Amino acid sequence: MSGDYGAVALLIVVAIGLSIPVGRYIALVFMGRPTWFDRVVGPLEGFILRLSGVDATRGQDWRQYATSLLVSNAVMWLAALAIFTAQGHLPFNPDAIAGMEPTLAFNTASSFTTNTNLQHYSGETGLSLLSQMVVVTFLQFMTAATGMAAAMAVMRGLAGDRLTTLGNFHVDLVRAAVRVLLPMSLVIALVLLGQGTPMTFDGAVSASTLEGGEQRIARGVVASMVAIKQLGTNGGGYFGANSAHPFENPTALSNAVESISILLLPMATIWALGHVVRRRRVAVMVFAVMLALYLPLLAVAVTQEAGGHPAMPQLGVDQSAGAMEGKEVRMGSVLTAFWAVSTTATSNGSVNGMLDSLTPLGGLAAMAGLWLNCIFGGVGVGFVNMFVFIVIAVFVAGMMIGRTPEFLGKRVEAKEMKLASLALLWHPLAILVGTAIASWTWSATAQPGDTLAWLRNPGPHGFSEMLYEFSSAAANNGSGFEGLGDNTPFWNITTGVVMVLSRYVPIVAPLALAGSLAAKPTVPDSAGTLQAGSLTFGVMLWAVVVVLGLLMFLPVAVLGPIAEFLALPTGS
Amino acid sequence: MSMPRTTLRDRAVVRQAVVDAWRKLDPRVQVRNPVMFVVEAGSLLTTAVFAVELVSSTGDPAFSGHVAFWLWFTLLFANFAEAMAEGRGKAQADALRRTRTETTANRLAGDGQTACVPASTLRRGDLVVVVAGEWIPADGEVIEGIASVDESAITGESAPVIRESGGDRSAVTGGTRVLSDRIIVRVTSDPGQSFLDRMIALVEGAERQKTPNELALGILLALLTLVFLLVVATIPPLAAYAGAEVPIPVLVALLVCLIPTTIGALVSAIGIAGMNRLVQCNVLAMSGRAVEAAGDVHTLLLDKTGTITLGNRQAAEFIPLPGVSGEELADAAQLASLADETPEGRSIVVLAKARHGLRGRDLTGLAPVFVPFSAHTRMSGVDVAGREIRKGATDAVLAYVISRGGSPPQDLRAVVERVARSGGTPLVVAEGPRALGVIHLKDVIKDGMRSRFESLRAMGIRTVMVTGDNPLTAAAIAREAGVDDFLAEATPEDKMALIRREQAEGKLVAMTGDGTNDAPALAQADVGVAMNSGTTAAKEAGNMVDLDSNPTKLVEVVEIGKQLLMTRGALTTFSIANDVAKYFAIVPAMFLLAFPQLAVLNVMGLATPRSAILSAVIFNALVIVALIPLALKGVAYRPLGAAALLRRNMLVYGLGGTILPFLGIKAVDLLLAAAGLA
Amino acid sequence: MMRAQLRLAVRLALVTMLLFGGAYHLVVWAAAVIIFPRQAEGSLLRRVDGTVIGSRLIGQSFSRQGYFHPRPSAVAFDAASSAGSNYGPSHPDHRRAVEARLAAFVSLEGVDPRDVPSEMLTASGAGLDPHISPAGALVQTARVASARGLPLERVRQLVRIHIEHPLFGVGRPVVNVLELNLALDAADAREP
Repeated sequence: MSGDYGAVALLIVVAIGLSIPVGRYIALVFMGRPTWFDRVVGPLEGFILRLSGVDATRGQDWRQYATSLLVSNAVMWLAALAIFTAQGHLPFNPDAIAGMEPTLAFNTASSFTTNTNLQHYSGETGLSLLSQMVVVTFLQFMTAATGMAAAMAVMRGLAGDRLTTLGNFHVDLVRAAVRVLLPMSLVIALVLLGQGTPMTFDGAVSASTLEGGEQRIARGVVASMVAIKQLGTNGGGYFGANSAHPFENPTALSNAVESISILLLPMATIWALGHVVRRRRVAVMVFAVMLALYLPLLAVAVTQEAGGHPAMPQLGVDQSAGAMEGKEVRMGSVLTAFWAVSTTATSNGSVNGMLDSLTPLGGLAAMAGLWLNCIFGGVGVGFVNMFVFIVIAVFVAGMMIGRTPEFLGKRVEAKEMKLASLALLWHPLAILVGTAIASWTWSATAQPGDTLAWLRNPGPHGFSEMLYEFSSAAANNGSGFEGLGDNTPFWNITTGVVMVLSRYVPIVAPLALAGSLAAKPTVPDSAGTLQAGSLTFGVMLWAVVVVLGLLMFLPVAVLGPIAEFLALPTGS
Repeated sequence: MSMPRTTLRDRAVVRQAVVDAWRKLDPRVQVRNPVMFVVEAGSLLTTAVFAVELVSSTGDPAFSGHVAFWLWFTLLFANFAEAMAEGRGKAQADALRRTRTETTANRLAGDGQTACVPASTLRRGDLVVVVAGEWIPADGEVIEGIASVDESAITGESAPVIRESGGDRSAVTGGTRVLSDRIIVRVTSDPGQSFLDRMIALVEGAERQKTPNELALGILLALLTLVFLLVVATIPPLAAYAGAEVPIPVLVALLVCLIPTTIGALVSAIGIAGMNRLVQCNVLAMSGRAVEAAGDVHTLLLDKTGTITLGNRQAAEFIPLPGVSGEELADAAQLASLADETPEGRSIVVLAKARHGLRGRDLTGLAPVFVPFSAHTRMSGVDVAGREIRKGATDAVLAYVISRGGSPPQDLRAVVERVARSGGTPLVVAEGPRALGVIHLKDVIKDGMRSRFESLRAMGIRTVMVTGDNPLTAAAIAREAGVDDFLAEATPEDKMALIRREQAEGKLVAMTGDGTNDAPALAQADVGVAMNSGTTAAKEAGNMVDLDSNPTKLVEVVEIGKQLLMTRGALTTFSIANDVAKYFAIVPAMFLLAFPQLAVLNVMGLATPRSAILSAVIFNALVIVALIPLALKGVAYRPLGAAALLRRNMLVYGLGGTILPFLGIKAVDLLLAAAGLA
Repeated sequence: MMRAQLRLAVRLALVTMLLFGGAYHLVVWAAAVIIFPRQAEGSLLRRVDGTVIGSRLIGQSFSRQGYFHPRPSAVAFDAASSAGSNYGPSHPDHRRAVEARLAAFVSLEGVDPRDVPSEMLTASGAGLDPHISPAGALVQTARVASARGLPLERVRQLVRIHIEHPLFGVGRPVVNVLELNLALDAADAREP
């Protein structure tokens, strides 16, 4: 087991180490500086922009930027909806998969357009090859690029001094996709291919097993999709079991590469911040705060999962490998816990083991990542969410030192607080009200003891399943306590709506915030200025995130995972 | 100091505050403060539940009644805090108002006739005649005559001051009394618009406009209130899954404990108290915004003369040129200065006496002709007994020497430069064609300036000394006084340009001024403190008036501005930090029936679920009372760097605010158990 | 303004859809076919006659005495619908299932519960786990050896050579059940 802890430490160190040069590269790309990669991707980017008729020289203020973002995403959403519904009649459907029912199509289109990748269908049976390729993979690129573009626009706003434009959304979108995501995805795809991830336009293959049984083995364009799924904090797997499936994640090495891919771009975005705003210390502080939020959750999950299944010690079996329900042997309990916390912290949402079967506190650690929603976070949006917390922390800290609060030399006033509040309020609203409606509906319709209705598990764990679903939708994460029977109109519609609002409210509000800050003059630093890069402010920011998170979600945590933990034999 | 101080123990104020606390329960008052409005709504709801339970004998009326009782108390304590601050403000306003006794005025009509009208009917631009013994009826400007005026009612300074038309001593304040002579005053403010009127409104808090920071804080508090409303409102449907029913009083108790009642209750008291502190140091501010801006100041422009140095330079040394004895130089210098009534002139006479035993001589019999200083000649002197003695600026005296057939001595330049470089002002003395030597006039820096500038530097404020001196002199004085920078040979335009340049870099600039030519710069500066002794133009251009006319008062204004924000920040942090303990008291108690295993979360070991909830509510109410003095006094300000200050306040109010309620709630719980209420 | 935005968004979506939804897959596919043809089709294992036995990466169900048994699967190794059990740790059915598996395992292998690694009693994440731990394989050797009439040490030797160790220790050592069983069959063929 200690070897596994070392492995986790190694993976984190490698992810951080790689994220630093990648962050620098991202910053260079978005600051329009030359990179050694230009000769390869430059012409491709120019080709796309010309073909689409984008005027790359036009700067946009925050309103135009947000409008372009929303319109462009709306077009993609409509295309996704149309193809999902009609996939049964479209080509590239070797397994003859039927079109999606309307509420499922709504949910799935919303899910992939919002970078959530919540899947109320099962990949093997729910999507045609065409849908997987031109909708899912396409959106996995474009939504990650959308998030990265939004983050860069916000950063430009922070760096700007009396700036009216935040950049051009269409250019940023294409840059992110072509210059950052595409080359990295190709590399990852090749590694996965080498490890055994299939890549074929053929459908399932029939095997007659060694014992003479019949086994249909689903296949498809897996390697290309899994690469961007992991890199772009998408998480929507080709198969139902996601990266627990041996085709999506065949070996320990593929698992290591995919684990690092989860963290890589979210971490790199923070380093990019340091370059764009020309304050490396601020990036170090934000990164350190995120790490200080991430590591405790990781420690809880890893020790809980390694500690074994709470109900099994009485059976006297060998639990040295930890809790193995829902986990794969090649990863083991520790690396699965590591993945679970990483995937929820970063809003990725892919899994390499079933989260529903995690120990109560392991599951709580995963949920806490969704609740805070600012630890590294989704590509781009993780920083944007942390930015909202920063505004709050800066405001309180600024007052405590007797100055009008400012961040990076920008004064934080009523308008900024309003926008930050809007972004901050939406997240608990979506989770708590959503879960409350589900919980109330379940209590009113299901006969407890008689039927579990849409729940797989009774008691507090059933509550956790509903709570997790809304937490995941609101955090645009996409992972699930998959025991929940979620392919029903109720869940399809409610989580669909939550995903859409939870994506665009926290993007548009910070864009407006950045637009407002960009227009302000930058106040120079003095000895009386709160240094955003200082350890003291870092501690303050950490405390603000933890205390606000705790205050918002402690009651639901108590009703779900904590009640379950305390009821288990090892808990009390 | 003329402003009356009131203390928390002032019984009249306390008595009035108690009455006002009840009066403020009016929902129309409470709705202005969303946090307290929610508390009021919760109190009403809990009282209704209590009444229903009492009548129908269901539920737990004893518990609901207890909770309702303490919720009302929370509200009353909050109201009391605000009423206390307002009461203290009112007391000050009354004192200010007393200085403005209703008087009549002799208004000068177009035809030269005067008419007796009540002072309150005077409009801007009216001319009034005031003679000895009369009160000046309104703020204005002397346009004719000169008079001595008793301004003690405003400034507390008993010595009369001279007010005359033209120049920088033309402003008069309503409510002051003319002691001698007759002046004609042009009224410069409409009724109710005078500085005093505006200040009275500000300290009373009646029409207090929220400052930008208060608005932003209000949004944060509203956000937190909404978040917790959301958390609490979703508990019943969420708990329904587990089959747990949570009674309404428990939900209301949790809500009131979570929303930031501490800061919500005290926020307006903090604002009013901040203005009061300003008044207590004899500064009148036009708006709360200006006070907050003072806390953010980056650059402080201070006039050298009168602010950093004592108003007048003193003769420090006689430096004779070769071939001239010290006594000869001193004698000539003293003769030339006998008629010079300026402090500098007098200091020369005194120095000659001290160094060379030369007494001031009576020259009456010698028919001396004194040559007064003029801006044109830049010299002064005396023609007596055939001697022509002159003293003055180097260039002017040299020109005089040459005009009398002399030649400029070799060593003079070096002496003059040495004096200038050391921060002094060289004054050359000559007799006819012969230059005798140099008088070293020295600026005397006020006591304690160096340490003041050091503490300003620690706060991150850069001080710039503004002076008309040449750069050499300015640099020397700047070094001696310990300011960060200086602006030498400054014209009003230079000063303005400096302010603009600083502001273009995003900095906030504060300055003091009194002259009419300071007015544009005062208006341009973010914080402009006009001296009460200054001109009306200066007072109107600035956004604060210092009644003591003490230019270093800016430092205190900055501190008050910072203290105001810090108090808000500290109590906000404290309020939020408190919630952690309250959660640990209430949440396990709330779900204990559905999940008995939650008993382990009762980390404080509170007696019963009922007493746990009650203890949290009681603690929440008491903490407001306990913090009223802090809100009124403001948190202690220390001139530390930002990081050190933040660290200190985070430890005290953040960490302290997390730990204290654990102890407090436990203590209340023990008391409840002892009283048999658990 | 809005129309222009919309037209731009549609054009951009079409172009990028062709690139990232089409061309990108073709590039990866081309690389796969050229460099990793076997992996690209799913690491299929074929008999001499070309029929597919299965994929070396996908677990399949084994229940005969002469084969090593894989982990429990919530989907009975249906490789067209992967899933886990989604039992939470507090689910009473889960506990019952584990107890039943333990009883069956202990009686089948004739071992002490202490020697049963937990993965042999729990369903895997995808329901297709091709691996068991070395301990999970070794605990079955006695039964397999006796069923096949092979010397125990020979079977244990086979297990040992089938233990795959992860690179840099990032992962757990595993035994591929299908490959091990194929090797058993091959060993049988060599030693009639």
